[in-house]
Amino acid sequence: MALSQLSRSLTGLLVETSSVIHQRTFSVTAVAAAIQKMSRVRVVDNSPLGTTPYHRAPRVIHVYTKNGIGKVGDRVLLAIKGQKKKALIVGHKMPGDRMTPRFDSNNVVLIEDNGNPTGTRIKVPIPTHLRNMDGDYSKILAIASSFV
Amino acid sequence: MAACVKGLDKFMFSLRLLRNLQLQNERFLSTSVCRFAAGGFTPPSKPVIIDKTQTVASTRKHLSPEFIPPRERTNPFKFFIERKDMIRRRKVLNIPEFYVGSILAVTMADPNASGKANRFVGICIQRGGHGLGATFVVRNIIDNQGVEICYELYSPRIQQIEVLKLEKRLDDNLMYLRDALPEYSTVDPNMKPEPCSPTGEVPVSTLKVRMRPKPWSKRWERPKFNIQGIRFDRSLTPEKMEHAQKWAEPWREYDMLKEYDTSKLEEQILSEVQREMSK
Repeated sequence: MALSQLSRSLTGLLVETSSVIHQRTFSVTAVAAAIQKMSRVRVVDNSPLGTTPYHRAPRVIHVYTKNGIGKVGDRVLLAIKGQKKKALIVGHKMPGDRMTPRFDSNNVVLIEDNGNPTGTRIKVPIPTHLRNMDGDYSKILAIASSFV
Repeated sequence: MAACVKGLDKFMFSLRLLRNLQLQNERFLSTSVCRFAAGGFTPPSKPVIIDKTQTVASTRKHLSPEFIPPRERTNPFKFFIERKDMIRRRKVLNIPEFYVGSILAVTMADPNASGKANRFVGICIQRGGHGLGATFVVRNIIDNQGVEICYELYSPRIQQIEVLKLEKRLDDNLMYLRDALPEYSTVDPNMKPEPCSPTGEVPVSTLKVRMRPKPWSKRWERPKFNIQGIRFDRSLTPEKMEHAQKWAEPWREYDMLKEYDTSKLEEQILSEVQREMSK
C-alpha cells in the first residue's frame, strides 16, 4: 500500500510538471472491503520490518477469526519481506458502525506471538473503540500517539 | 397594678427592639439614602455586556433536508411523530444549519477517549438518511491518513456540532474527495470559526478540485454522477470525456414517475417546525 501510494504521488507530480495524463500500470483495488487473505495492507508502526522498502507489498495470508473477515482488533498473519509475521488490524477502508472512523487505507501494526508490538511508535490515528475490545491491546494503545 | 406594669415593660422592650431594628436597617441602607432622598427610586445603570462570540440567530429560512419525507407509501402520521421527536432533540441540542462542503467540528461523547469527549474537525462530504436516522459524513486528513466519520445527527452521543465555515459547493456529494489530491480534504483541527452573515445567501464555492491519476474509486466523469466540481481537463483527454457521455441517459429527465415536487411540502413542514421550535 505504501508502494502504491508512493507511485500515486509520483505520478501526481508528473501530471503537474508535464501535463501528460499518466495511468498506473498495476491494478489497485477500488472496492472498499474488509481485510481478508491476499489483501495488501499498510504497516503503520516504526518497526524496521515495516519501514524498510521491498519490491512487494505486505500481504495477509491468514485471518485469525471464525470467518475469514478481518475488522479492527483482529489478528492476521502477514507475509513481509519473505517472512511470516503476526499483526493487528487498526483500521480498514470498509465502512463500519456509525460514529466509528473509516480510514483511507488498511492499517496494520506488527505484533509478536505474545501480543507485544514490534515497533515503538504509531504515528497514524487509532480508533478509540479498540480500548473496550476483548483482548489485551493496552501495549498497542500505549505506543499510539493520536486517537480518533 | 403589677399586671399593667408588666405589660408596660413588655411594650417598652418591644419598642426598643423596633428602634434597634430601624437603626440597623438604616445602617445597611446608607448607600441608597441619597437615592431615596431624591424623591423617586432610580435603579443603578446595569453594565451592558455585548457577547461578540455569539452570533445573531439566522433569519435565513432553512429547512434541514432530513425533515422532508421520502416519497413512500407509509402513513404521513409516522413522519409527523418522527418530526415531533426530532424537534424535541433539537430543543436540547442546537443543530446548526450546514451544507455539504461546510467545515464542521463535532464533539461526541466517547467512554474510551480521554476526557470522555472526542472532537473531530473536517469537511462535510455527504448528508443522507431521513428523519431520526439522518447522517452526515465528515472527512479530514490527520497525519497523512484520510479519516472519515459518519455521524448520526440525532444521536444522544453528540454533544456539540459547530460550524467553522458555512459554505456550499458545486455538488451535493463530495465523495470524489477520496480520489482528489489530499490538500482538498485537509482541514486544520485548530481552525477558528469564521463569521458568516445571518441574512443573505450562503456562499457557494466554485472550487474545482484536481484529482489523483486514475483509477478512481468511482468513474466520476460519467454523467450519472453529474459532478461539476472536478477539473477533468487535468486528468482526462476530451476523447475520454466524450466516451464517458456514452453512459448518459437523456430520457431520465422526462421520466414523470421520478418527479417529486417537494415545494409545498417543504413550506408546510417549515412552518410547522418553526412553530414547534418557538414554543
